[in-house]
Amino acid sequence: MDKNTYPEFVKKTSPKTRKLKTMLWAFVVGGLICCVGEAIKDIIDKYFNLTAVQLSALATMSMIFLGSFFTALGLYDKLGRKAGAGSIVPITGFANSIVSSAIEHNREGVVFGICAQMFTIAGPVIVFGIALSCVAGLVKLLIIG
Amino acid sequence: MFSEYLIEYLKVFAVGGAICLIGQILINHTKITTSRILVFFMLLGGLFEILGLYKYLVEFGGSGATVPISGFGSVLVKGAFEAVEEFGVIGIITGGMSGAAMGISAAILFGFIFALIFKARTKEK
Repeated sequence: MDKNTYPEFVKKTSPKTRKLKTMLWAFVVGGLICCVGEAIKDIIDKYFNLTAVQLSALATMSMIFLGSFFTALGLYDKLGRKAGAGSIVPITGFANSIVSSAIEHNREGVVFGICAQMFTIAGPVIVFGIALSCVAGLVKLLIIG
Repeated sequence: MFSEYLIEYLKVFAVGGAICLIGQILINHTKITTSRILVFFMLLGGLFEILGLYKYLVEFGGSGATVPISGFGSVLVKGAFEAVEEFGVIGIITGGMSGAAMGISAAILFGFIFALIFKARTKEK
């Protein structure tokens, strides 16, 4: 390889390695967050006698609390810069999207800042989610029975 | 005993990691935004739940399948199914929210509380 072909070589290879790195980060961080969820579930299950529905609801709440708390401390967004989808896709990322929007706009007041801006990212998820559940309900009623 | 736990957690790690990996591949190859990723995975999870397939992923991966936002979609659909079974037509409207009550309410509540307590740290180094 000489002086002329080397820059081309760099151009060709560097974005790819960066992509591989982000993929690895996403996989590891996403996997670890899910393991934290499993650990919380195991611990709650060990000390409290709950039904499966109560258990998963409590585990979800704990994960959302953790996501919100670390967002409020500014740590979750730091993680997000490295982990990409690994921090977005878990439910903690959903909590992050609500809490970070809310905190970002809290100077604009409680009603128009926090409450109105809270849903800039998570709003579509809730709207599509409700639409999805209605479609699912229709499918259940008409097709599955 | 210990190895049982290890295998269980490895499965959780693999499934959860794989779902996030798909998300990262989408980010790398398209101009997809955070909102769209969340919506995409939620709809995908819901679709799998409607088809009756998501429970197999949960059986295998545990929290690896329930913690990602696709698990939220599956919970929405499950809520709708249960409500339709119980209340009929009304369940179509009420089911989703009752299934997702914990997820949505907790996120809004904590978001509200933390936004009242913490100050914005947007341009902080």
